Amino acid sequence: MKKRLHKWRLFALLGIVGLVLSGCGEPFLSALKPAGDVAQSQFDLLILSTLIMVLVIIVVLILFVVVLLRFRRKKGDETIPKQIEGSHKLEIIWTVIPILLLIVLAVPTVVTTFDLADTKAMDKKDKDGKTKDALVVNVRANLYWWEFEYPDLGIVTSQDLVVPTDQKVYFNLTASDVKHSFWIPAAGGKMDTNTDGVNKFYLQFDSKKAEDSNNLFYGKCAELCGPSHALMDFKVVPKAKSDFEAWAKDMKSVKEPVVEGDAAKQGEAVFNKSCIGCHAVTPNDSRPEAARQAPNLATFGERQKIAGVLDHTEANLKNWIKDPEKYKPGNTMTGTYGELSDSDIDALAAYLLQLKVEEK
Amino acid sequence: MSTYANKKGFGATIWDYLTTVDHKKIAILYLISGGLFFVIGGLEAMFIRIQLAIPNNDFVSAGFYNEILTMHGTTMIFLAAMPLVFAVMNAVVPLQIGARDVAFPFLNSLGFWLFFFGGVFLNLSWFLGGAPDAGWTSYASLSMHSAGHGIDFYVLGLQLSGFGTLIAGINFLVTIINMRTPGMTYMRMPLFTWSTFVVSALILFAFPPLTVGLVLMMFDRMFGANFFDVAAGGNTIIWEHLFWIFGHPEVYILILPAFGIFSEIFATFSRKRLFGYSSMVFATVLIGFLGFMVWAHHMFTTGLGPIANAIFAVATMAIAVPTGIKIFNWIFTMWGGSVKFTVPMLYAVAFIPSFTMGGVTGIMNASAPADYQFHDSYFVVAHFHYVIVGGVVLGLLAGITFYWPKMFGTMLNEKLGQITFWTFLIGFHLTFFIQHFLGLMGMPRRVFTFLDNQGLNTGNMISTVGAFLMAIGVLVMVINIIITSFKNEKVGNDPWGDGRTIEWAIPSPPPFYNFKQLPLVRGLDAYWVEKMEGKKEMTPAEPLGDIHMPNSSFLPVTIAFGLFVAAFGALYHMDDKSWTLPIIIVGLLITFGSMLIRSVKDDHGYHIHKEDLMDDKDKGGKA
Repeated sequence: MKKRLHKWRLFALLGIVGLVLSGCGEPFLSALKPAGDVAQSQFDLLILSTLIMVLVIIVVLILFVVVLLRFRRKKGDETIPKQIEGSHKLEIIWTVIPILLLIVLAVPTVVTTFDLADTKAMDKKDKDGKTKDALVVNVRANLYWWEFEYPDLGIVTSQDLVVPTDQKVYFNLTASDVKHSFWIPAAGGKMDTNTDGVNKFYLQFDSKKAEDSNNLFYGKCAELCGPSHALMDFKVVPKAKSDFEAWAKDMKSVKEPVVEGDAAKQGEAVFNKSCIGCHAVTPNDSRPEAARQAPNLATFGERQKIAGVLDHTEANLKNWIKDPEKYKPGNTMTGTYGELSDSDIDALAAYLLQLKVEEK
Repeated sequence: MSTYANKKGFGATIWDYLTTVDHKKIAILYLISGGLFFVIGGLEAMFIRIQLAIPNNDFVSAGFYNEILTMHGTTMIFLAAMPLVFAVMNAVVPLQIGARDVAFPFLNSLGFWLFFFGGVFLNLSWFLGGAPDAGWTSYASLSMHSAGHGIDFYVLGLQLSGFGTLIAGINFLVTIINMRTPGMTYMRMPLFTWSTFVVSALILFAFPPLTVGLVLMMFDRMFGANFFDVAAGGNTIIWEHLFWIFGHPEVYILILPAFGIFSEIFATFSRKRLFGYSSMVFATVLIGFLGFMVWAHHMFTTGLGPIANAIFAVATMAIAVPTGIKIFNWIFTMWGGSVKFTVPMLYAVAFIPSFTMGGVTGIMNASAPADYQFHDSYFVVAHFHYVIVGGVVLGLLAGITFYWPKMFGTMLNEKLGQITFWTFLIGFHLTFFIQHFLGLMGMPRRVFTFLDNQGLNTGNMISTVGAFLMAIGVLVMVINIIITSFKNEKVGNDPWGDGRTIEWAIPSPPPFYNFKQLPLVRGLDAYWVEKMEGKKEMTPAEPLGDIHMPNSSFLPVTIAFGLFVAAFGALYHMDDKSWTLPIIIVGLLITFGSMLIRSVKDDHGYHIHKEDLMDDKDKGGKA
């Protein structure tokens, strides 16, 4: 009985570790399926710390089970056990061993902390003031939407972050209203977007892992930011370097959106009347940050999701325009554009869905 | 005014409790109100888990959910765990050190009423236009942005409660330093008293930063100051520092008393003195000290830079060492002992693996780069619930069951206690273990819903099922308490049979003056020392004499009530209503008027005469 119980606990524990090691969750979201160097180094630390901690738990559990089985009071047992004061030898052992274990964890922790904070490449500028050898993205978090600006490429986009694979992508992080936190679990840990200043860090996206997750990662806001905090998602679209360059070129060449069909043309008119105050439709938006009050819609037709969370369908788009409050409570779009008739909304949807940069 | 003649009747009992300055009755007040808030916080938790049982659920709305989650955290920490800890401290510490009461009985009562009115104030927000909704940490940018009065309820309510806590902490410090009975040296103090002592010191240093933060926030909201308004040169990160300089020690303020309770229970039900007593004391003090050195590990992702992150990572890991010492000392207290599995002991035994789990994930969190993944995810939710439920709540359940006979003179039912224990424990692990994985699989915390097809459905469902089991456990405990109270079968001094410290040497419940004669402490576990020499009671340290007792007073209630009234005025003052200023003035007049009465009225208390003590055989065993 004693032995069996003992073994059972050990197996259960090993099973749990196995589960951790094998990784679980969806590849586009899970931190247990690292899709880049940053996530990998964090995952390695996770495994190292888990192993150390499981070791500790096993030691505690073994002692614990032995105690529970051996020293149970028998019925009517009135003997008084020896009143032991303590044991300096034992106490030194369980002071020193944890210290050693912690050193094993502390050294790689400190090294990785400094490695992941190394953003020197962002500061090397050429004579035009552009970053020399690194891709920089300015991330601006807003109440329930994300803006991604590529300062060296002159591109602004929203909600879908397009990144090249197999190279470091550097981020400047800030928030325009309240504090948010920028998190792409599969690609690496989060960093807060403060209202107080700019945080910098980098991520890397592995091309093979990107393929495994259909070239799409989910990004999240990790800091409570209001009612729709849970819905402040974004998508990451990793592209091979050449594809990324082609995409950037296409983006830059869009001077004015060109749409076809009567409905879309009518939609454009509605848009220019009701929406253009906040939304831009070209990627080279030169307005200052404060004027960019809503997501840039240049690539709207090729987005992964509507408002970050709804499936990308025409019906969802119409519902969203009709009543954004229903899908993202507390958002800043509700009530800013007056009443739109159903035909206006149909036209608007036709127009928005034609906003594409790359032909699909 | 006061007399030790027995009063009868419901109204008289209520009045008695409203005016009491007796630490044992104040303990009961803390227990009842803390228990009530615990149930409210638990209901909020059930709302959270029902909402998250399935993806895209619409059981509650997004905004309402944020209020529930904020109030769940705030209620559980400030209005349930803290007062329940104070309940046990008040019930036990003066008895354990052989004192007749705490050092300042009047302040003890004032501390309770401030906490109570603060808690009521905070919860009235539900009915007065919305509860706070920026999380229990109330980070500045969001809390400044939050419309309505929710955050004002938070700011004012916590200041009220915080005053009470600070007063209680100082009171215990003075009590433990000054009022130990002859022979009770520091190194003979029971571990629970030691942890109370360290915790009180933590309160003394940790609550002022919170108050500072709350005052700054109040100034921002009430008077348009700009401490946290970035556009006007303020800084929101300051709030994070102030909050966590309080918030991290707060964790130890909660967990150290639980450690103390478990130390008593392990020794008692193993019939062995605590293994490594002096190292336990040292570890307690060290944990208390280190608790102040690690706050920035809550801010690894704030962007403080690699130097700060590295320093705080290593400092945080260091806490594992004294905590580990404690875990092993507890195991070796049982080693070679004669272990009896009563309900309190079950909690204590279950605490070891549960808390170890929470402790080790704490070390994992301390590894800053890994924490970039864990932070603000469900992994952290799992971690701190393992610490707070697996440590603090199990400790409180154990402590309350253990000291129930000492507080009320009757024993809780063992069978029902075991049912509570098993359902609660299994429910707890079911709820929170899976959340480690939910977090690693990409689920942020504080989300009111999650989308389908992200691989998060099963885990959330399991977690919700577990939460229901925990709720059943608590329900059974409430039933147990009701049944026990009605049966009211009286027990003797030492109902567990193996009591070691001197509170078990006096009747259950103790007479209102505790010790007829202060006992002489002749070693660690003083009552055990006497029992081993075949004696049934403590050796007295003084001849029988008159006992000086404080009078009851209604003033603590009015002082606290005045501030409660003034807080309403302050709250609505922002709306430019004309009636708010008079309300503030009336409230402050009540408070300061009561203080003035307290100052000018001579109240020397009264004496219990020697003759009465000698006549009154059953009023209290000879100490």
